[in-house]
Amino acid sequence: MKIHVTDQAGVEHELEGLEGWRVMEVIRDWGLNIKAECGGACSCATCHVYVAPEWFDKVGARSDDEEDLLDTVGDVKPTSRLSCQILMSDELDGLKVTLAASAAQ
Amino acid sequence: MSGNEIVTDVVVIGGGPVGLFSVFELGLLDLKCHVIDILDRPGGQCAELYPEKPIYDIPGFPVVTGQELTDNLLKQIAPFNAEFHYNRMVNSVEKQADGTFRLVTDADETFIAKVVVIAAGGGSFQPKRPPVEGIEAFEGKSVYYAVRKMDDFRDQDVVIVGGGDSALDWTLNLQPIARSLTLVHRRDAFKAAPASVNRMKELVMEGKINFLLGQVSKLDGENGQINHVHLTMDAGDLSIPATRLLPFFGLTMKLGPVADWGLDLNDNLIVVDTEKFETSVPGIFAIGDINHYPGKLKLILSGFHEAALMAQAAKKIVSPDERVIFQYTTSSTKLQKKLGVA
Repeated sequence: MKIHVTDQAGVEHELEGLEGWRVMEVIRDWGLNIKAECGGACSCATCHVYVAPEWFDKVGARSDDEEDLLDTVGDVKPTSRLSCQILMSDELDGLKVTLAASAAQ
Repeated sequence: MSGNEIVTDVVVIGGGPVGLFSVFELGLLDLKCHVIDILDRPGGQCAELYPEKPIYDIPGFPVVTGQELTDNLLKQIAPFNAEFHYNRMVNSVEKQADGTFRLVTDADETFIAKVVVIAAGGGSFQPKRPPVEGIEAFEGKSVYYAVRKMDDFRDQDVVIVGGGDSALDWTLNLQPIARSLTLVHRRDAFKAAPASVNRMKELVMEGKINFLLGQVSKLDGENGQINHVHLTMDAGDLSIPATRLLPFFGLTMKLGPVADWGLDLNDNLIVVDTEKFETSVPGIFAIGDINHYPGKLKLILSGFHEAALMAQAAKKIVSPDERVIFQYTTSSTKLQKKLGVA
């Protein structure tokens, strides 16, 4: 399955997503500019991405913890998500996300 | 030696699990440690970012939280009476002619140590900077991430951004002395003490402060002094007069001053050997997540291993003439005496 990730410089990357991996892990494993400071514990908001509008409903809803963490970045948009909270599955094959400035190292 | 210098065998920079365990390994070898951390308590990333989250890969603990691990490590190292210095950042480390190191903190303290151990994990915790272009030019002059002196905000048009306790506390504290105060938050829900939120809402009702739903998008000003803050809001963009901006977005880790200490770096990590975990400067060691070597795994477990090997090498620097016999805590009464159990 694939994920399409646009980095902070506007370059699009097609990444191989693995079922059960967090989208953050895939992006980090590929070496893109994502800090992911807490390693996926939903504790830092440094894996912030914008989900493409057509995919936003498919990735599930934000949890309260995630909502609180999004308060700690200054560039939230309606489709903001923490990529550590999105698990890859067949339904998300082709997912498109853009890395937020606040996710950069 | 001047009166305000602290002289010790080892300064450990970083009070996370790996820094704490290094005190244990160094203590077994009779080395006295001072631990310096930028946070106000021990535990580092573990206690700051995920105190209640379970960790499953610490040997002997099928599951342990970051806080429990920290508490246990503190108990384990208690016999060695390390001294802790919190809320401080080490700004500089200099090797002196006699081979010792002189460390100066941002609290203007000086430490003289024979060995320096950097166990700073992902770096030092520093305030998160909002992604607003050019904000650096205003920092320390009209944009602050903490209130050091209330008077800097007297008779100013203050904009506070955030929805947590810091943002709410300073909104309440600065309102009486500011010329105007605007609280900006991206939503109408706050992760702060309910009493503070209620008081803030009362002040809004009384017309004493403004509350706006939005995010800061741009700053106007010159020579470090802001004059307007632009906000992106659902209702449309807005520009408000402001002479002080206080963004409260929590903490993130940055390498910080370590980058300027002349150590060999690899992609913001400190290069070490795998025999002693020594950096390119003899006598300065780096253990845990902050170091780099071929095959490095960023695990607490790896940091513990590195601490043990580092301590053996540190002992040889502090006591070059002493013959060190490797001993186990299970069988050595000498070690058990040090631990207070024999």
